Amino acid sequence: MNNNWILILGAGSDIAIATAHKYAQNGCSIYLCSRNIKELKKEARNIEIRHEVNVDVIYFDALDYESHKEFYNDLPVKPKGVLLAFGLLGDQEAQQSQFELAKSVMDTNYVSAVSILEVVSQDFEKRKSGFIVGISSVAGDRGRSSNYIYGSSKAGLSTYLEGLQHRLCKSNVHVLIVKPGFVATKMTADMNLPDLLTAKPDEVSSAIYKGVEKKKNVIYVKSVWFFIMVLIKNIPKFIFKKTSL
Amino acid sequence: MWFPISLSLVDLMSKSRLSGWGGYPKLILDLINIRNEKHLKKIIPSIGNFITRGNGRSYGDSSLSSICVSNIQNNKILEFDNKTGVIRCESGILLSEIIEIFVPRGWFLKVTPGTKLVTVGGAIASDVHGKNHHKDGCFSTSLIQIRLMLSDGSIVNCSQQKHKELFLATCGGMGLTGVILEATFSLKSILSQNIMQTTIKTKNLHQTFDAFEKYADATYSVAWIDCLSKGDTMGRSLLMTGEFSDDGDLDYSSKKAVSVPFNFPSIMLNYFSVKLFNALYYFKAKQGVSHQNVGLDSFFFPLDSIDSWNRIYGRNGFVQYQFILPKKESLEGLTKILEKISDMGLGSFLAVLKLYGKENENYLSFPMEGYSLALDFKIQKGLFDFLKELDQIVLEYNGRIYLAKDSRVGKSVFEKGYPNIERFREFRKSQGMKEKFTSLQSERLGL
Repeated sequence: MNNNWILILGAGSDIAIATAHKYAQNGCSIYLCSRNIKELKKEARNIEIRHEVNVDVIYFDALDYESHKEFYNDLPVKPKGVLLAFGLLGDQEAQQSQFELAKSVMDTNYVSAVSILEVVSQDFEKRKSGFIVGISSVAGDRGRSSNYIYGSSKAGLSTYLEGLQHRLCKSNVHVLIVKPGFVATKMTADMNLPDLLTAKPDEVSSAIYKGVEKKKNVIYVKSVWFFIMVLIKNIPKFIFKKTSL
Repeated sequence: MWFPISLSLVDLMSKSRLSGWGGYPKLILDLINIRNEKHLKKIIPSIGNFITRGNGRSYGDSSLSSICVSNIQNNKILEFDNKTGVIRCESGILLSEIIEIFVPRGWFLKVTPGTKLVTVGGAIASDVHGKNHHKDGCFSTSLIQIRLMLSDGSIVNCSQQKHKELFLATCGGMGLTGVILEATFSLKSILSQNIMQTTIKTKNLHQTFDAFEKYADATYSVAWIDCLSKGDTMGRSLLMTGEFSDDGDLDYSSKKAVSVPFNFPSIMLNYFSVKLFNALYYFKAKQGVSHQNVGLDSFFFPLDSIDSWNRIYGRNGFVQYQFILPKKESLEGLTKILEKISDMGLGSFLAVLKLYGKENENYLSFPMEGYSLALDFKIQKGLFDFLKELDQIVLEYNGRIYLAKDSRVGKSVFEKGYPNIERFREFRKSQGMKEKFTSLQSERLGL
């Protein structure tokens, strides 16, 4: 059992599960971590049987910052890679009037990410190896009226990961920022997403795997999103303000 | 439209253009994707009547209803015993996934239909059979237990021992007893992914029947029959039998399928092109008896190597007509039907003849001891009247029509073929299934 474990935080998400399968298929053992352990146990067994690897399910609460150090120290084998996949979208309109809701988006997407990844980074830095994949969002590339609370928390995450990238590259630790664009998942289940712009969780996980192998810094899963975001970022403000994006 | 953010609890229901594999009928229907058991339990009281849909590989209208509930996302393997080969999995898993995972470990399905692109749930609902029916029966033979959600949202495990009536009604019950959530069944151990195939070329229907009898001990057998050939050569066939090899080669991976990229213009498929194809296919085989060593994909699933092969029948789709006649009456009945088909010139490339074994107890399972013939007909003028004439011959010889292939049979023809039909209907009524689980087919046939 040499260091072949992947730590997946927020393992309940469809992207997380698809990525777990991808790494298991390539011979890695997996820690699936989330608050909802019961559902994950089924998934863990599924991955174990399909790919003949070890899968452990571990309770992890992203919002319980105090617990993060102990959580990481208690892992029986330290991972060679970490996928940060938890996130909260929520209802922007409700968040505008109820600060508690807005706060939980920021806490989940940004604050808890910083909390756990600092713990992970220390270990990786010391070991001088490892990789970190953070699922951020194209929504963080420019603030828009329809989802700026979610968007700004992801912008924070992206900038944080960028900094981590800068710091850790000196220790041979790679950080990959993923901006998936539309993905057909539970989170977007009731949205009517255009097919051409929408990736399947499988495509995201393949892109992540390839991105790590090739040591990419930022990936947009469907490359069309890169161009869309370049466009959106460069719309002059006086025009941008008139749009309803 | 950018990131519309209202994660309401409304369940994903979207209008979709759906059909069975035959592409007829094709309708715009509501489709709900089930996320998990809890999700289904929550919505089952509030959505109207519906039918569960797997991979949409039944040919006709079995998996169509004004609301279709898809269970294809739930495909987890929950347990596997590598000593006994017993597997427990969610019903949305495809047989192809099971084959890809377990053939390299020396396990194969006890019973598989002619395509591996069906879900386990679909295989149970149609109680599918394969080339080894005469030896190993239907898919239900390998089943140990089914986990089913009933119309009131309660969950029941049923088997040959427990809730037997529910089990008999569910296997072959076309999804009309509940939503199949999970299944436990056993795989069979194999030593190789290769099949030793024997091809027997016959000159007419008599010889074909004799060959089936002569090779009755073969584990797998099926015949391709030239349904357009007349007179002395009527019923000429290539009977293919097979046994798993024991050469130890388990290095299986499924090949990428080539694709039919668009619907062929339906004119391409006509009397002459089919006749030419059939003649070439027949003459290409060696005279008498020959032996081949082939991979399991090409033996069991020849058509799966062509993605969307149903498109060769054009955009209007096709009907697969499959019936079975009791053994005693098979020769006479089949002769009559083949004469009718070759006279009309409504032939098909894919005419498959097979000798079946004993029938099981399930209320609506198709197989009985006798010969079954399956034919594809593209939708065209006069087809439905013609099929009605075939129905009458099938009835005359006490045969039955296969529901998993059907999109058009009439109620009276259908029910004469299935002696347990009233038990099935009574059971559905008494369990409140009739109001909850309905397909276009069940409504047409008053199931």
